[in-house]
Amino acid sequence: MTRFLQVVWLVVRKDLRVESRNKEMLVTTLFFAVSCVMVFAFAFVRGGRAVDGAAAGVLWIAVAFAGTLALGRAFERERYQDALRGLLLAPVDRPAIYLGKLSGLLLLLAVVELVVVLMVALMFQAPLFEHPFRMLALLALGTLGFASVGTLFSAMLVRTRSRAVLLPVLLYPVTIPVLIMGVSGTNVLWQPEPDLAMVQLWTSLLLFFDVVFLTLALWTFEPVMTE
Amino acid sequence: MTRRLFPVLAGLSLLFFVGAPVLIVRAPYESTMGLVQKIFYFHFAGWMAMFLAIFVLGIASIIFLFRRIRSADQLAVAAAEQAVIFGLIGLITGPLWGVKAWGVWWQWDARLTMAVILELILVAYLLLRQYGGPGSDRLAAGLGIFAMANVPFLYISTEIWRTVHPRTSVVPTLPVDFGLPLWWSVAGFVVICLAMLSARRRLEEQRATLDELYLALEDEA
Repeated sequence: MTRFLQVVWLVVRKDLRVESRNKEMLVTTLFFAVSCVMVFAFAFVRGGRAVDGAAAGVLWIAVAFAGTLALGRAFERERYQDALRGLLLAPVDRPAIYLGKLSGLLLLLAVVELVVVLMVALMFQAPLFEHPFRMLALLALGTLGFASVGTLFSAMLVRTRSRAVLLPVLLYPVTIPVLIMGVSGTNVLWQPEPDLAMVQLWTSLLLFFDVVFLTLALWTFEPVMTE
Repeated sequence: MTRRLFPVLAGLSLLFFVGAPVLIVRAPYESTMGLVQKIFYFHFAGWMAMFLAIFVLGIASIIFLFRRIRSADQLAVAAAEQAVIFGLIGLITGPLWGVKAWGVWWQWDARLTMAVILELILVAYLLLRQYGGPGSDRLAAGLGIFAMANVPFLYISTEIWRTVHPRTSVVPTLPVDFGLPLWWSVAGFVVICLAMLSARRRLEEQRATLDELYLALEDEA
């Protein structure tokens, strides 16, 4: 078990080191997410007032779009000089490699979300700090569900042609339930008087989907990546 | 085997489809919805055939992924196409019925949303098969497993949320007058689904053989 976690940590550290040297993914993803929120702000804020219920949708769409961008890059990087083959040839558990890549992506998305959430709260006057822990739980579980499927698919797509087009085509239908739950939960939470039982329901549903997605991804990663 | 199985299945489905209109006409009118309710015999049967196709898709995908059996992959492609077709029947008959029964064509409730999502996943599967190129078969198998994982959610969605859609538990409580034509239609749709599955799988198999022959010919030349 410790060895498994060691491998996960090694993959995460490798990704963080590559990222810290050129900051390519972080900067591009962050910029894209911010411009996404800006576009929505132009569309949905009229005369200083946001359209009712738009904020939660904007937040999750920005996360999903920026996440797709990051997912596309995450494995593209492994294609250079056949780095992916090296990674897969290493005598370690394949699921550990998957979890390492996933953790790296989650860290990246956490930074992006920090900025996006603050921006949405600012531009759409969302009551962000009323229930910070519930908001955090929704965001964390929603992102985990999205990224767990996304990491698997983007890993699978590395060897396919037209992968840039196919990633969103495959990823969105599968992850729509997670996005719906995230949007619905956030929407309820940002009401003037939120129905906390409903928030609880959406959060536990998200947890349920996360468990299913993560289990399926860990189970299929090995046979899918084997040549 | 397919060659002998197909005529049997085709004959059986013909029998079911000739019998179905007779049974549906003779079934009593439902007290509140009247004639419109008869669309149920297509709607429910279409979804049942879709579930069958998705389970075939999911299980064939698992077998292909872990055992690398080529024919399982060919069966998966065939099943995905069937699932899209029968899902489309459900998605078309649903609103036709809904506009009469609920007064609206469509409502974004849990059951209807999950049904659309499942159909989207299946269409994505076909897009991947079409445009993925070499190496996309294993990825498609992974997607097939995810599609199958959605079915239980779809099935229980009416039990968790209060939706406009009738609950799944309605079906076993139907009186015989409604039940016989219903299960007859379901049997008809299932048999025709199996017939098309076997024909489509054979086509996929022959296509693969043809590809191999072309490759062998190129090697010789």
